[in-house]
Amino acid sequence: MNMLYSIFVEPFVLMGSAPDLLIQTLWEGLVAGVLYALIALGFVLIFKASGVFNFAQGIMVVFAALTLVGFHEMGVPALLALILTIGVMFVLAVAVERVVLRPLVNQPDAILLMATFGLTYFLIGFGELIFGGSPKQMITRELYLPQGSTDLDLLGGLVRFQHIDIAAAVIASLIIAILAVFFSKTRIGRALRAVADSHKAALSVGISLGQIWVIVWFAAGIVALVAGIMWGARSDVSFALQIVALKALPVLILGGLTSIPGAIVGGLIIGVSEKLGEFYWGSLVGGGIETWLAYIIALLFLLYRPQGLFGDKIIERI
Amino acid sequence: MKNQTGATEAGTITEEKAMSTLKSLALAAVVCAPLLPATATAQDSIYVPLLTYRTGAFAGSGIPIADGMRDYLTMLNERDGGIGGVKLILEECETGYDTKKGIECYEAIKSKNPVIVNPWSTGITLPLIPRAAVDKVPILSMAYGLSASADGTTFPWVFNPPATYWDGLSQVISYIGAQEGGLDKLKGKKLGYIFLDAGFGREPIPLLEQLAKDYGFEVKFYPIAAQDMQNQSSQWLNVRRDKPDFMVLWGWGAMNGAAVKEAARTGYPMNKFFSVWWPGDDDLRATGEPAKGFRTLNWHSADGNYKALSEIKKHVVDKKLSQANPDKVGELLYNRGVYNSMLIAEGIRNAQMLSGKKVVTGEDVRRGLETMNVDAERLKAMGMEGFAQPIKLTCADHNGHLATFMQEWDGKAFVKVSDAIPPMVDKVKPLLDSAAKDYAEKNAGWPKRSEACDKAS
Repeated sequence: MNMLYSIFVEPFVLMGSAPDLLIQTLWEGLVAGVLYALIALGFVLIFKASGVFNFAQGIMVVFAALTLVGFHEMGVPALLALILTIGVMFVLAVAVERVVLRPLVNQPDAILLMATFGLTYFLIGFGELIFGGSPKQMITRELYLPQGSTDLDLLGGLVRFQHIDIAAAVIASLIIAILAVFFSKTRIGRALRAVADSHKAALSVGISLGQIWVIVWFAAGIVALVAGIMWGARSDVSFALQIVALKALPVLILGGLTSIPGAIVGGLIIGVSEKLGEFYWGSLVGGGIETWLAYIIALLFLLYRPQGLFGDKIIERI
Repeated sequence: MKNQTGATEAGTITEEKAMSTLKSLALAAVVCAPLLPATATAQDSIYVPLLTYRTGAFAGSGIPIADGMRDYLTMLNERDGGIGGVKLILEECETGYDTKKGIECYEAIKSKNPVIVNPWSTGITLPLIPRAAVDKVPILSMAYGLSASADGTTFPWVFNPPATYWDGLSQVISYIGAQEGGLDKLKGKKLGYIFLDAGFGREPIPLLEQLAKDYGFEVKFYPIAAQDMQNQSSQWLNVRRDKPDFMVLWGWGAMNGAAVKEAARTGYPMNKFFSVWWPGDDDLRATGEPAKGFRTLNWHSADGNYKALSEIKKHVVDKKLSQANPDKVGELLYNRGVYNSMLIAEGIRNAQMLSGKKVVTGEDVRRGLETMNVDAERLKAMGMEGFAQPIKLTCADHNGHLATFMQEWDGKAFVKVSDAIPPMVDKVKPLLDSAAKDYAEKNAGWPKRSEACDKAS
């Protein structure tokens, strides 16, 4: 009975009695969710265009952020370092297309997936070789990102909004909007969708597969850079961030591998529900449930909608 | 004609095969080259493996420690030609703070006659404990690992000086008590324990629960999984809700810096936030101004003004034999590594004196560690006067249970802010004895100590 009370009644009583904490939890969940969505977006872009599940997306977040900070440590001004990092991500996209994807055209998906594992370990080693393993501080101030926080007296309590979190939410939303427009309104975007539908048909009307791949890997690289900057500003830039990026997996299960809106909504659902779950129900099992709660939610979704929230229903005729 | 062509074809094929075999051999040679032992165990040298981690999520803490450990021993090699005239062969093995990889490292070094092993992870230490007696390799888990292994009678092969995690926790509590005006003032207070949800972070929990009962304070647990080290915001929301009067941190790697940052973001008062001895300068620096006032335990100097350190600079750093950034030499975790290697070196030196041999074995070093007596005079001779307190180990006590002190982050460096804080022996000792007894009982066939006890050298 006590147990039932603490599951079904107590959390809601707390929500009602301390609405400021509820709002704070929702906000924290929202910010985490936007960042998860951003990382998941990188996966979706690449999966849509090439059918490759890019396991290296997580390390790309770390690599991009480390490159940015690394350039700055070498004395390059922050904004120039940002531009140079974008350049590095472009070079990386071209290299991946030339060295990894092109030789593996027409191979089974599993081979391509394994190739991205290889890419992951390469980027970890390469990153450590160049930048070393120590954590670095994100150059938040130099990039003119806001710092500090605004405290609002809300509903008889205090809700604290970190400026960097607000900036993260705004910038991530902007990036998502730009990408959505880019892929639905432009010529390249239409070509991308054509490739996503069928490689062969796209090739037959003269779309260059290689070019499209470079573009999506580059876009995924930029998304990784933004995610790296924002998450790096919240804690710091270290190889541990790569593990955080794996939080995008349940987001993808939830949102579907092929849907950009799915990645966004999925990210928000995971972000908000894991914070709510940890905050209101976590103490029932000793805390720390955030780590696996996202996967449980994703599993429940899998039971009812295997294709994810907005994913395409796959019907295969035999 | 046909035959001839056939023969030529066959010839080409054999040639191709030979070429490809050659190529794979060459490739294999290139791939395997780093695995070959680097002139490992020569007759006139002592092999000291260093299990370190310069990569992965815990590298931020692992790198300065690895540098400090390696540089001190390299300095002995460069300046004195090793210990007692015998060169030390140093070899690092990268564990990534991963227990599986740590065991692999141990298996790889075992055959090279290591005289000591430093796992640098509680998770790696625990599975090595039963192997130490079998393989005759003493374990030095300096201020980490199994608290109960301080009991030399049950664990003759394990050493964890200068203080156990239980000592550390009791020191934090007694410091907080003193700040409040007496331990009895803790009654009714709430203490939040934020910890890495791994063997390391869970180690002090039995004592924490005991102390909470004894002094009447409440404990809230905030576990942080390794994968969420940089994603702690929901646990800090819990902190906001529970409003603990004090917070105690038991973190490692990227977790420490992130915890201090989150505390600052949440507005948790820094002067109520205490930690065991593991956060380093970099962890605090990242948070900047708001980290001021954060306090951690420590038992040695956090600056570079010691002769031993200037010798390291002269013989190692200036000769470009160190991997450390010269600015970091003398920082807290670097010095922690130096302290660790000082213990290794003293163990070896003692072993040489006890055994009368120059090239000592793991068994000799075990005896050497057990009779270690680093007094003030010895510290001075090593150029470490005032660097740390004297330490003496015995057959029964493999720890020393030294007093530690609190240091405060002033925005740039750690500053000592307390006198010596002794551990609560009356609370820790009984728990330690019963834990050691439990361990021996639970591990059926745990050997009774058969190793003779040497007189201090």
